[in-house]
Amino acid sequence: MAASENRPLGASAVDARRRAADYLIRRHYFHWPEALPWLLAVAAYLVFPDRMTFGSQVLIGVMFALSLDLILGYAGIVSLGHAAFFGIGAYTVALGFVSFGWSEPISGVIAGGLVAGLAGVVVGWFILRYRGLTLLMLTIAFAAMLQESGNLRSDITGGYDGLPGLTFDPLFGYFDYDLYGHTNYWYVLIVLAIVFYFVRRNVYSPFGQALTGIRENVRRMHAIGSPVHRRLVTVYAIGAAIAGVAGALFTQTNAYLTLSVFEFDVSAKVMVMLILGGTGRLYGAFIGAVVYIVLEDYFSKLSPTFWQFGIGLLLVLAVLFARRGLLGVVEDAAKYLARRKSS
Amino acid sequence: MTAALQVQGLNRSFGALHVTRDVDLALERGARRALIGPNGAGKTTLVNLITGVLKPSSGKVVLDGADITATSQAERARRGLARTFQINQLFRGLTVLENICMVIGERDAHNNNMWRSAGAKRVVIDEALDHLDSLRLTEDALKLVRELPYGRQRLVEIAIALAQNPRVLLLDEPAAGVPSSESHLILDVVAALDPDIAILIIEHDMDVVMRFAKQITVMVQGAVFTEGAPAEIMANEDVRAVYLGQETRHGGDGYG
Repeated sequence: MAASENRPLGASAVDARRRAADYLIRRHYFHWPEALPWLLAVAAYLVFPDRMTFGSQVLIGVMFALSLDLILGYAGIVSLGHAAFFGIGAYTVALGFVSFGWSEPISGVIAGGLVAGLAGVVVGWFILRYRGLTLLMLTIAFAAMLQESGNLRSDITGGYDGLPGLTFDPLFGYFDYDLYGHTNYWYVLIVLAIVFYFVRRNVYSPFGQALTGIRENVRRMHAIGSPVHRRLVTVYAIGAAIAGVAGALFTQTNAYLTLSVFEFDVSAKVMVMLILGGTGRLYGAFIGAVVYIVLEDYFSKLSPTFWQFGIGLLLVLAVLFARRGLLGVVEDAAKYLARRKSS
Repeated sequence: MTAALQVQGLNRSFGALHVTRDVDLALERGARRALIGPNGAGKTTLVNLITGVLKPSSGKVVLDGADITATSQAERARRGLARTFQINQLFRGLTVLENICMVIGERDAHNNNMWRSAGAKRVVIDEALDHLDSLRLTEDALKLVRELPYGRQRLVEIAIALAQNPRVLLLDEPAAGVPSSESHLILDVVAALDPDIAILIIEHDMDVVMRFAKQITVMVQGAVFTEGAPAEIMANEDVRAVYLGQETRHGGDGYG
């Protein structure tokens, strides 16, 4: 602080200081384009009222991708086993119903999140000492182990035949699930909004800032005294809990569950969604999940055997020409238009 | 009086390669010591052993009277031991201002907060801007570090260490690879630091060493060769033979 007293600041330096401070102070303020995904979610309800079960799947995909964005996009933890926590949340609700007749949905979602979060703490504490390929392998191994354990006790889990006929109480004992999935859509959308608010506060907080520090340069984080392992385990648990919430909603939406939720495919898919949309920027999860799931649906109707080609092509194009994902393309386009307008 | 930093009988081997041999070194409070020696003498390894990047094979590191040999890197940093790196270690995808706020946030444990906005603590931002100001980085505050030229990135490297408010500061060739206008700025800022901070600087430029240091330690082949006041070291025939006599390359080559 002594430095600024010794030397009088020029007008431009004072201005630069003010601009820099303002940027940090205002960075987390609400921007109008942020309302867009939520308005579109409501519009989807009005335009496709008979496709709301599908709509719920898309929103669950968004939540799942968002949970991965927190750990991959912000903290830089590479995971190809994120389905493990989605599956834990899903099975918490399913087994709760089968074993104890637990059919109240909201407490089920909370339980799914808590159990998955707890698993995140335990697993994260062990595996987050490693980075890079070793970590990647460990995340895959954990999901595979869970799936195999579930298969060993298929008398409880229903194995790959699944647990059918899961039914849940009306929300708040009042809003019953309808044939078109309208209630369910609003239910998932509201949970997503709550989760999103939490994640958004998280990433703009000092803790979120520390996560980006770990992503950008973990060596320096150690050198400046950051408890890196504790921070990583914390964010891993939060990401796991959100994936668990998404899994719990998945079970409640489908009323049916098999061990294939733990499949490697599921983990890979959520990563593809996120990379397609753009990592480390919150809304990449929205764009990526919506585009992926809608295209998957469209292509698979177009060609039930070759639909993956379309998705693959899109991913190759994104990786080659849009390194920051589709959200990056949108941002660049907005910047370009703004520049043309001003000149 | 206990020294700010004391290194006792420090050894480190990588397999058969004995890179640090029985090193004893003390930094009194307010010390201004230079560590010199030919490339490959083990200077950076010593810094890595002191800061906990590497664990010693034997020996002790004592900070303010407390044995920290077994503690983590981060714990040492929290106890007031800061360093700069010979090759920049920055948060390249973040702005210059965010780089410094990150450090202050960790130092004061604000970074545990998961709810409040990172911009909510005005004192943190003001302090970060003061640090940037002292290194003439204010104009670049909102630029991403990776967009800055190397010399200015080097200033960020120094600013991060200073923002830790260290009691012991280890500078590993702070002015290496920097244009002279900026290297003077770096050395002026270091010279103007709180006289209570103990500073160890690794440096190849003998002009800088003579101007800055009150004591010099010479390392050769992993061991302390000799130490003393600058004038003594300059006059020492053996030192001239092993170090000063040879062609010194300004800036080092990254293996010092």
